[in-house]
Amino acid sequence: MNTATVEAPVRTPTHVEVGRPSIGRLTLVELRKMTDTRAGFWLLALTALGYAALVTVVLFAADPPDRTFYGFFQITLLPSGVLLPVIGILAVTGEWTQRGALTTFTLVPERERVAAAKLLAGVVLAAASVVAGLFFAALGNLAGIAFADGDGSWQLTVGALGSAALFQVVNITMGVAFGMLLMNSPLAIVLYFLLPTVWSVLTSLVGALKTPAQWLDLSVTSMPLTENAMAGSDWAKLAASVGLWVVVPLAAGLVRLLRREVS
Amino acid sequence: MISVEHLTKRYGPHTAVDGVSFRCEAGTVTGFLGPNGAGKSTTMRMICGLTPPTGGAATVDGVPYRRLPNPGRRVGVLLDASAQHPGRTGRETLSLAAQVMGVDRGRVDALLDLVGLDAKAGRKRVRQYSLGMRQRLGLAHALLGDPRVLILDEPANGLDPEGIFWMRTVLRDFADRGGTVLLSSHLLREVEAVADRLVVIGGGRVVADGSKEELLAGSGVRVRGLDPEKLELALAEAGVAATRTPDGALVAQADAETVGRTAAAAGLVLLELRPADGAGLEQLFLELTANGAAR
Repeated sequence: MNTATVEAPVRTPTHVEVGRPSIGRLTLVELRKMTDTRAGFWLLALTALGYAALVTVVLFAADPPDRTFYGFFQITLLPSGVLLPVIGILAVTGEWTQRGALTTFTLVPERERVAAAKLLAGVVLAAASVVAGLFFAALGNLAGIAFADGDGSWQLTVGALGSAALFQVVNITMGVAFGMLLMNSPLAIVLYFLLPTVWSVLTSLVGALKTPAQWLDLSVTSMPLTENAMAGSDWAKLAASVGLWVVVPLAAGLVRLLRREVS
Repeated sequence: MISVEHLTKRYGPHTAVDGVSFRCEAGTVTGFLGPNGAGKSTTMRMICGLTPPTGGAATVDGVPYRRLPNPGRRVGVLLDASAQHPGRTGRETLSLAAQVMGVDRGRVDALLDLVGLDAKAGRKRVRQYSLGMRQRLGLAHALLGDPRVLILDEPANGLDPEGIFWMRTVLRDFADRGGTVLLSSHLLREVEAVADRLVVIGGGRVVADGSKEELLAGSGVRVRGLDPEKLELALAEAGVAATRTPDGALVAQADAETVGRTAAAAGLVLLELRPADGAGLEQLFLELTANGAAR
């Protein structure tokens, strides 16, 4: 607090040209921001708890032939599929509701790079959730072999793994996109869960919407991903629904993010 | 160095900032003064590329802020001490910024120490910080990248007198080593002690811009007579402009000799005659901003 201690950290202002932070570094920062708050910590803890709980349920409740590595792995897609998007939403809306945007965009004025880092951090988190899912599935399968007379098969195809990873990436990216567009945590979380549900209900009630629903209901079109059953027109349908629920809000959200005044 | 040229910001029919221009040179502290709502914060946000201007431009070291490759290493910015995620600890807040800027992690602890936040305070979440602690954290954040320029919006808000004195020392020291400081305040007294230059803004326009001495010199002499009414009349007859202060004295726009001779010629007894100090500048500040707001 006296002038003597002022000397060391405040050096004589000299100019050192320092390059802009790499996108990799910004992604690491965004990952850290997603996990270093209480909300982030508990969402991740809840996801892990969900893995453990659902693997236990399968262990005791499913038919023995379903107690395979892939069977356990499939069930882990559920908690992360629901909770990761919330982390994605908060990663963007938190900047506005907690006012971090002022600092974030002062340090990195190129907002599109911050947006890219948040999206990439979401992809990394999705991949990590798949790895964690594999870990819990392995534990479940071992327990199944040992105590529950499970089938115990360790078979897992690359296609099944890739589909699962894609499923998680789509979900968390949709969360980030909703957060970017709505810029408000409660609103984005509610609409993220409500809108697709309303759309599903509508399409089941109105006959004329049956065909569009096959193409534009993400919960329907992404189902084969979790079952590794993508075939025929499934990819086209998935692409169409991802376009509506992920790409459109993401594009609109990016425009809003780049233009919004930070105060 | 900061250069602001004709910055203008309009929100619909309302003009928040109206053609503001000024320069902050290296080695100086510039006080950016104005009442609340005068357009100080909007101007500073425009300098930092956070608010797109309706017109005009600003540069830092000759480069628009948004084109600085790693702005935190060049410009330390504290625009709002409360704009930090309340769920993070003070230390984590600085560590994140250090990671973005690519600054050595050791600086985080050095700066927490510098601003008077001990290890225990560093582990607390920002939610639990008082406004004064947030300002200290904000200053640490601004200094973290070892910048050459500081842009601080109302940094003394919430600091105790000792904290304000300490901050002046840090800023003076920074400027004396060749740094550029722009700091805003709505209180003249706060910046008077540290600023070399003053830019006064009112109603979105610059109403005064100059060195502190220049602006002080223009504020005349303070004179108090036994009979204020007669003194005021005598000065008016002599063609000396004078304004009353709340305590019954006058601030006359002339030198002490002129005022003294005028009083002597009228046979008036003087109780006080000296250069108008801060009070005069304060008067000027109030008048200027009032005029600016009325325009």
